[in-house]
Amino acid sequence: MSELTVHRGISLHRIGAMILRYWYLLLSSWPRLLELLYWPALQVITWGFLQLYIAQNANFFARAGGTLIGAVILWDILFRGQLGFSISFLEEMWARNLGNLMMSPLKPIEFLLSLMIMSLIRLAIGVIPMTLLALFLFHFNVYALGVPLIAFFCNLIFTSWSVGIFVSGLVLRNGLGAESIVWTLMFGIMPLACVYYPVSVLPVWLQYVAWTLPPTYVFEGMRALLIENTCRTDLMLGALAINVVLLVASFGAFLALLRSARMQGSLLSGGE
Amino acid sequence: MTENDKASSWPTVADRSLSAAIAVDHLVKVYKQTRAVDDISFSLPRGSITGLLGGNGAGKTTTIATIMGLVLPTSGRVQVLGHRMPEESASVLGRMNFESPYVDMPMRLTVRQNLTVFGKLYAVKNLSERIAELAYDLDLTEFIDRANGKLSAGQKTRVALAKALINQPELLLLDEPTASLDPDTADWVRGHLERYRKANNATILLASHNMLEVERLCDRVIIMKRGRIEDDDTPEAIMARYNRTTLEEVFLDVARGRVNGAQEDAR
Repeated sequence: MSELTVHRGISLHRIGAMILRYWYLLLSSWPRLLELLYWPALQVITWGFLQLYIAQNANFFARAGGTLIGAVILWDILFRGQLGFSISFLEEMWARNLGNLMMSPLKPIEFLLSLMIMSLIRLAIGVIPMTLLALFLFHFNVYALGVPLIAFFCNLIFTSWSVGIFVSGLVLRNGLGAESIVWTLMFGIMPLACVYYPVSVLPVWLQYVAWTLPPTYVFEGMRALLIENTCRTDLMLGALAINVVLLVASFGAFLALLRSARMQGSLLSGGE
Repeated sequence: MTENDKASSWPTVADRSLSAAIAVDHLVKVYKQTRAVDDISFSLPRGSITGLLGGNGAGKTTTIATIMGLVLPTSGRVQVLGHRMPEESASVLGRMNFESPYVDMPMRLTVRQNLTVFGKLYAVKNLSERIAELAYDLDLTEFIDRANGKLSAGQKTRVALAKALINQPELLLLDEPTASLDPDTADWVRGHLERYRKANNATILLASHNMLEVERLCDRVIIMKRGRIEDDDTPEAIMARYNRTTLEEVFLDVARGRVNGAQEDAR
């Protein structure tokens, strides 16, 4: 066993090779690199000014300073995290390279781990400048949230990976015809995750659905922290528990969809 | 050789060390209503070059994809280098490689970057030296730092071949390896494959529509039609059986269902 091999034959060497592959890809196109910065910056500027305007005209929002811009930043962690994962996966479909990878010693779990690491790298490129913009333009320091920010971040990134893994499995099984799911699925979660408003706004029956989504706990936790100065550990633990279930379920679904793709012979075609 | 004779050559666990490079046993693959591969059996000894011939839809690509583990069989067994596929694929994927027109190398990465990534995936030792060696052997040096997407079709084929050889595979699966090459480059690639086989005692299975290529390279030919094996022998024996002087004529006889094509032509 190689010294770079960890539990159950997972090779850090192969994961490193895949990260190198995506790193080369990222550096090969400056428009794509710029795009990573462009959308998050646009988001924070738009919502930052909206927050300023509302704060000047409504007492509640003046008191709840930062909930909108904080929500935008956390939403972007969730959305860009999933996009970073899924786009790296789609690059293989677009390049018709999946057959080469599946025929190589790369294992599905190593492939997924490399996509997770790439989602963190892409997220860092897009979101760190976004947080600095929020600080300098709107005096909102997301890092001042302290330790809870780590809990928010971990829970959001775990959800984004679960969605990314599941969606990648769907594209693997159904080809690029299913590509639109990559771009749209997370927006389907948005109204129920209560990004910009409290869960109590929803009808009671819908609140039960909302509480099955880990991001709902995060956004409620963020509002509790910013408005009431309360750190809701219970919410973070609840989100973590659901995330563990989601991650296991999405990995199982990915393996089942991969097997189905092998049954249908779609790994070689990969088209629409 | 009958189907039953071939099936009896299926290696047991006990003689895995002596087993064939590839052993296919009563392989069937059905896609919805289409029987792409219909109960085929064959085994390839190590160090051999075998051509898989057949018209479009004959089942060649499905057979190769099943051997590689990219397609799961409906029934039957496939063993590669002594290991069951796909169950034990982790034990053999690092020892084999392939080239196919159904997959590409990433277009925006340079040739060197692509070979570096695949070299690392296959845990190739002394990777820089191996890339330099392949660049020299396959004449890639001039464009090794150019993006793959900016290469000509022939250059891309050579790069794909370099990727297929990066790990010095014991088993090489090739699907139309010279399809987009000019005659001179194609001939040169065939020469390279012959030298590689001799130097490494590698086993090569190639699917091709180029009959001259198969005649030159292969010491055995398997002809497929509608998912079944129509014939399986040396090129010389097959040509003699059909009373033909070239494999191309044999191919046409098989494709058109002419048992005594030569006699029909004479009439």
